Parts: sequence; structure tokens; C-alpha cells
Amino acid sequence: MAEVEVRLTQVYKAFGGDAAGRRVAQYIKPDEHGVIVAVDHIDLEVREGEFFSLLGPSGCGKTTTLRMIGGFEQPTSGLIELAGQDVTWLPPYKRNVNTVFQSYALFPHLTIFDNVAFGLRRRKIAQAEIKTRVREMLELVELPGYENRKPGQLSGGKAQRVALARALVNKPAVLLLDEPLGALDLKLRKQMQVELKRIQADVGITFIYVTHDQEEAMTMSDRIAVMNRGKYEQLGDPETLYERPATEFVAGFLGVSNLLMASIGDRDGDYAAAHLADGSTVRIPATLKGPVAAIKIGVRPEKIRLYAEGAPVPEQMNRLEGQVMDASYLGASTSYIIRSNDGERITVFEQNLARTSHGSLHQPGQKVQLAWLPDHTFAVAADGHATAGGPDGA
Amino acid sequence: MRSSRPVSPRASRAWRSRLGTVTPYALLAPGILWLLIFYVVPVAQMFIFSISTGSLETGFQITYSLDAYTEGLSRYGEQFGNSLVYGGTATILTLLIGFPVAYTIAFRGGRYKNLLLFLVIAPFFTSFLIRTISWKILLGDEGPLLGPLKHVLGILPGDASLVSTPYAVIAGLTYNFLPFMILPLYVALEKIDIRLIEAASDLYASRWEAFRRITFPLALPGVFAGTLLTFIPAMGDFVNAQLLGSPQTSMIGNVIQNRFLIQNDYPTAAALSFVLMAGILVAVLAYARVLGSEQLTG
Repeated sequence: MAEVEVRLTQVYKAFGGDAAGRRVAQYIKPDEHGVIVAVDHIDLEVREGEFFSLLGPSGCGKTTTLRMIGGFEQPTSGLIELAGQDVTWLPPYKRNVNTVFQSYALFPHLTIFDNVAFGLRRRKIAQAEIKTRVREMLELVELPGYENRKPGQLSGGKAQRVALARALVNKPAVLLLDEPLGALDLKLRKQMQVELKRIQADVGITFIYVTHDQEEAMTMSDRIAVMNRGKYEQLGDPETLYERPATEFVAGFLGVSNLLMASIGDRDGDYAAAHLADGSTVRIPATLKGPVAAIKIGVRPEKIRLYAEGAPVPEQMNRLEGQVMDASYLGASTSYIIRSNDGERITVFEQNLARTSHGSLHQPGQKVQLAWLPDHTFAVAADGHATAGGPDGA
Repeated sequence: MRSSRPVSPRASRAWRSRLGTVTPYALLAPGILWLLIFYVVPVAQMFIFSISTGSLETGFQITYSLDAYTEGLSRYGEQFGNSLVYGGTATILTLLIGFPVAYTIAFRGGRYKNLLLFLVIAPFFTSFLIRTISWKILLGDEGPLLGPLKHVLGILPGDASLVSTPYAVIAGLTYNFLPFMILPLYVALEKIDIRLIEAASDLYASRWEAFRRITFPLALPGVFAGTLLTFIPAMGDFVNAQLLGSPQTSMIGNVIQNRFLIQNDYPTAAALSFVLMAGILVAVLAYARVLGSEQLTG
């Protein structure tokens, strides 16, 4: 396993009513003492060379966590280490870390060359070396020949590349990215996601990426920490987070998921029985069976097959009955909203392979059977906390 | 009748587009008119005076004589010099005092920003004259500043005096024009994105370097506006020199005021005004050049 590059130990950050507090106060309600808890005792290890994402909604503490690693804020308590060295109280300019800011924060009065060279000059690198390194870096972000322009003359996408070059040219141990693609339009964002991943692979620097866009995090990250209310609920690679979410929050935040209340019954080989509210019984992987009896089981919309009423369903599959409420034809797939017998709404995505819109889709009002493989079922505790016996995400 | 016909949409559009071209001029008109009557006309009148000869009793005739200019320049070099030195020193002092104040309000003011800004302009609620006279008391020989220094601390000899010295004039000018420096500086500093300073610090700039490379260059428009708003009126000021100074500390404003209102020597007063105006104009252009190129190279 690669070495740990960044380690956070019991990092806790609370804001008072000062200027920094006002940034987070728009997302988080202060408690009765006026204290805003942004980051609540986080332990985190980011490995050398990985693309690590902090994913979560506004106010989950992801940006504050990033800013503490960057040195722009100090934790109320806890320890931050970079490559084994305690940097908790070091100012930003003494850390071997660089940041790509959400608003790019390019210096408007300096040329692109001077922007990119800024960090190198502060480190008293020789003039000739600065020249070559800036040129190389502008080539890496595909902006050669822009040296003498001013930031105001660049489009958002190009400004973003300059911001990236300005940080990367210093060859930091860790690059921090605070929602760097947030201001770009969708097409450019997709393009930059691919490019960021390429650049990260090229330079081999550890990236810590903050975003609220789950798709963005999934596209680029080696591992993701899904954050909520100052903590992370689950940490793992994108596939694990999607296929085996540990909490209701993670299941809901990453993609669409269908959650059904269930009580766990007896174990039968590799599977355990789960009794649903409408009286039917489905099977879930036995590894998910924890000591908590009341849980929610989940299944992703694309894992569900639809069968007409009365049609034979393969025996190994979980089966549930329902009625089509809505069908939306989306081209590559069709999205259905199905109501189960006890009134739960279940979303189903079906590839348009056999069925097309020419009268062969399931129509609203039609009774259908939903079927999915037991292995595609996941379970979360009903109160939102991970089941004790659930699989460890990381 | 034509006018009773409903207006076609096309006609109304044409009318509206014509209104669009006229509106800016209509909005500018009152200001232009005001400047024409109360600025251009008096300046022209002043110019005519400066090339005239005569007195208030006999009347002034345009003689195209440049005597007023040559006489004014040859006799009042010292007062021009005083204006330049006092005005310039006061401008530098307001910048040195005003920058930290504006910086603190802009970046550390927090919720007290508006209150602090109000405090900056609060002195304007009292007459300029009264405030300057009270400085005479403040700086007086036995006043609250010199008194304790002489008698309590014993640092200064008993006959030390500030009033009637150039220091008092400069102090008065600095005090009176300080808000004109602080406000434009504040506006320029307030606009600076705090993330730029964070970015500089992220890129290994110490606090001082971040200030020197980022904050100060970005505040230059405010420095420029503030120094002009201070230097130009300070150059022409006569109240501070009159109330806080002595005949030896006369500024060119005092001479102009004296020539106009006491000796009624309009030609010399007008000529001096023009020389002052030209001098300030040249100084400002040179200043704009230097500052402008500095902003480009960072």
C-alpha cells in the first residue's frame, strides 16, 4: 500500500461569529451557544499519488476540511500531518501544498506568465528555470502562447487551466482543488474532468478534490469520502460507494436508490431473508445481516428488471409487485416510477433493448413485477447509521 | 386627425429607439449646463482678467499684457514652493495614515464597517473652519499637546511652539484632507477578493510579500484617486496656512486670496491661479504616467 501523504487525526473545527464563521454560517445553523461546528472530529488518511475526493452537500464541512489542509484555517482541535510532518499550525506559505480555488483567484494585474511564475519566484528559483517550467506547465494545460495575456482576457475554462498550472508548477506534495469546475458549463466541465484525471496521472501528485457533484467525484476519484454534517459517512472507491452504500445518506447522495423498510429474518446459506412491509420476502446477502433487526434494504434503479403481470420470473431473483405510475422515454433508456403494493415509490431504469416506444413499453396503470438479483441488494440501518455488520467500505 | 390614429407598433419602435439615443444627452444636459455656466464661463473670465490691466475703480481693459504672469511668477516663487512642499508632505502623510485605516476597515471591519466609515466622515458635520480653528487650540503653546510635553514630561523647553510653523500647517492640511484619502482607498481595497491574498499566501508569499505583490498593486487606483483628491485641494488651500501658520508659511492660495479680495488686483490673482492650475495639471499627468506604467509591470 502507498504511503500516507495527508493524515487528519480527530480534526474538529468550530466557528464563532467572526468573518470566517460567516462563510459557513450561510449553510450551517449555529447551536444555542452561537457555535458553528463545521468539521466534527474527522480521521482521514489520503495516500500518496491518489485522486481523493471529499463529496457532500453545501455545509457538510468539505471546504473547511480542505482549507485546514491548505492552512487557510486552523482546526479548533486535532492534528494535521503532511508526509508525516505536523503542519497543523503552519501558515499556507510554509506548506508544500497548493490550492486551485473555486473562483480561480488569478491575479488580475499580472500576466499569465507572472501568475504561473508567482510561486516559483517566491521560492527564489533561478530565472531560466522559471521560464522553462512555466512554459512546460502551460503546455501541459494546453495553453502555450498565452504568457503575455491578462486573466481578464481568458474564458472560464482557460482561466481554470491557468489556475491549475499556477498551482502545479510548484510541484507540491498535495494539490487541493476546491470545486474548481463549479463555474464551468456542463460540456466544458465534462471535458475538464477527463483532462484533470489525465494531468493527475501525468504528474503523479496527490489530488484532494472537493465537490458536491457526485458524478464528478465518481468520474475522477480513486477514493471518495462522502461527507455530511461535519463527518464522513463512508469512505471508499466509487464502485463500493455506489454498490454498497453504508448509510441512507450515501445511498441517496450517490445516484438514485430505492429504499424499503424491512425486518431481517433467518439466514439461509449465503443469503438472509428480509421481510418487507407489503408482506413479501426477499433475500439479501447474508454479510449485510447485522444485529439491528429493523433496516432499510436498497436496490439501484438500473438493477431492476420489469416483467408483465403473471410472466415467469427467474427463481433466483427477488420479486416484488407494483403498478406503473409514470414512464418517461429517455432514448437510451426508459425511466419508470412504480408504486409497490404498500405505496412505496420505486424508480426503475430499463435499457431500451427489447422494448421501444412503439407500444411495447409498460404503460402507466399497468401491473408489473419487479425483479432483481439478491446480490444487488444493499442494506442500511433505518435510522441512517451504518449497520454494524455491514461491509467495511474502505 | 393624424394624432388620433393609433400608433403602429413599428412607429412606436422607431420612436423608442430615437428616445434611446436622446436619453443619455438629456441626462447629461443639466450637468453640462451647470459646468458651462459655473465653470467654463468663470475660467474664461479669469483668463481675460489675467491678460488685462487696470484696477477695480478704473475698470479692467484687455491689453494682452503678460505682466501679471511674469510678476506673479517672479515674486511668489517661495509661496509656490510652500504650496508644493506642504501639499505634497500632507498628501504623503494622509497616504501613510489613511492606508492602514482603510485597510483595517475593508478587511477587518466586519460588521462595524459602516460605523467606522461613518466615523471617517463624521468630522464633516462640523464646519471646516471651526475644525481648523480648534486645531489652533490643540497645537497651542499651552494646549493639550504641548502643555503636557512641556510641563508634565518636561521633554520640550517652555518656549517651544507649533502654531505658526510649517509643521502646524502640514498637520492641519493632513487632518483636513484625510477622509478624502481614506474613502477612495477603502473603495479600492474593499473590492479586492480575499481569495487573491489567500492564493498569494498559498503560493509561498509571506504576508508582507502578499501585500506588496497583490494587495498594494490592486489598491493603486485608490491610491491614485486619494492622492489627487488630497494633493490638488491641498495645493490651493489657504485656510490652514492662514489659521495655523504665519506670514512666513504663506501658500500660493493665501497670495491669490489676498490679491483678489484685499488688494483687488484681479489680473495678478487670475494669473497666479492659472499658473497653479497648469502646474497641478502637469504634476498630475506626470504622476498618472508613472503610476500607470507601474500598474502594468506589477
